[in-house]
Amino acid sequence: MKRLTRDQMAARVARDIPEGAYVNLGIGLPTLVANHLPKDREIFLQSENGLLGMGPAPAPGQEDYDLINAGKQPVTLLTGGAYFHHGDSFAMMRGGHLDICVLGAFQVSAAGDLANWHTGAKDAIPAVGGAMDLAIGAKRVCVMMEHQTKSGESKIVARCTYPLTGIGCVHRIYTDLAVLDVTPKGLAVVEMIDGLSFEELQKISGVPLLRATAPAIA
Amino acid sequence: MIDKTVGSAEAAVADVFDGATVMIGGFGTAGMPSELIDALIARGSRELTIVNNNAGNGDIGLAALLKARRVRKIVCSFPRQSDSYVFDALYHAHEIELELVPQGNLAARIQAAGAGFGAIFTPTGYGTLLAEGKETRTIDGRNYVLEYPIRADFALIKADRGDRWGNLVYRKTARNFGPIMAAAAKCTIAQVREIVPLGALDPEAIVTPGIFVKRVVQVAATKRAAA
Repeated sequence: MKRLTRDQMAARVARDIPEGAYVNLGIGLPTLVANHLPKDREIFLQSENGLLGMGPAPAPGQEDYDLINAGKQPVTLLTGGAYFHHGDSFAMMRGGHLDICVLGAFQVSAAGDLANWHTGAKDAIPAVGGAMDLAIGAKRVCVMMEHQTKSGESKIVARCTYPLTGIGCVHRIYTDLAVLDVTPKGLAVVEMIDGLSFEELQKISGVPLLRATAPAIA
Repeated sequence: MIDKTVGSAEAAVADVFDGATVMIGGFGTAGMPSELIDALIARGSRELTIVNNNAGNGDIGLAALLKARRVRKIVCSFPRQSDSYVFDALYHAHEIELELVPQGNLAARIQAAGAGFGAIFTPTGYGTLLAEGKETRTIDGRNYVLEYPIRADFALIKADRGDRWGNLVYRKTARNFGPIMAAAAKCTIAQVREIVPLGALDPEAIVTPGIFVKRVVQVAATKRAAA
């Protein structure tokens, strides 16, 4: 069994983004998804700081610091792209206009609760940005994260212990081991990496998992 | 003849009083009105409440204002950044108050002030730490948090071009909070790269109509630093 690299995870997420989708990629790991979008699909990337039709990073020397992404890195605008102010941008995000958003996470619960903005540590300076708007606003909220923390704890949990970003908002989780859907009965395993068995995945996951293909047990 | 243009950044901020609430445009350094902030630092106004998306980058602009200890409280969504060391030190020393607001609620509360609303119900933040103690309501089966407008005495914003009536157009993602802050402050001061004659801006493309702007000051285009 070989865990997916960050780029392989990004490629896996990208595969599920259809032609014509309006998509916001959160800062950090999800930003990588942009590098793996199929070239034959027209996909609209939205950036919270007022940009629709976001293109790749500019060539070295071509950076324009009036044209940046949510992570404040220089980007480009595709032909047909548009600029707008923060009110319009968050209307897109909060108002259900985005088809998909992809967010990083510290923890996701079996019920689809998301914790991704604050560890709750006493010394930590909290910063939330647009995470809470994306979590409740996009039609489909996907999380992309490592299955376990560096110390081996499951990031999929029965109840988030970190402060919440949104309640019951996550639809699908992409990890370096599996793809899981949040369903009313619990987390259903849609896909696993080669060489990993359901039992092995279950052993390192913090909640009971369902086999997506098997009939759900009442 | 109405002429909202002002000769210098210093003159433009000359009446910013101690204890004022000041909105400052920008997302990181994109759209940050650095020259107006420098003039505000020189003016010496103290005990300010600042509304901005962030809490300063490096040692310039908003970070310099914080470093000069002119800010009592900051209202923002994303203070912690790789180069927010000035804010970080003040925060850890308990020398600045932080009101953390989800970015969309920040924008919506600023818009509510400009549009004359008494409050808004927003779904963002419901059930989280940032909605603790706040009134909530279920509307059509969805949960909302009651949030109040954020008004300001002054807004300092950066646009690309403006005219003597205060009409503004912006440049790329430097637009961000500029237009909504312009409407939410009693006195909005815009620094622009270029003041153009009345009629030079396409009326179909004016982003901020002059009614929201009190003063326009032209500052020389400066090299844009990396965020």
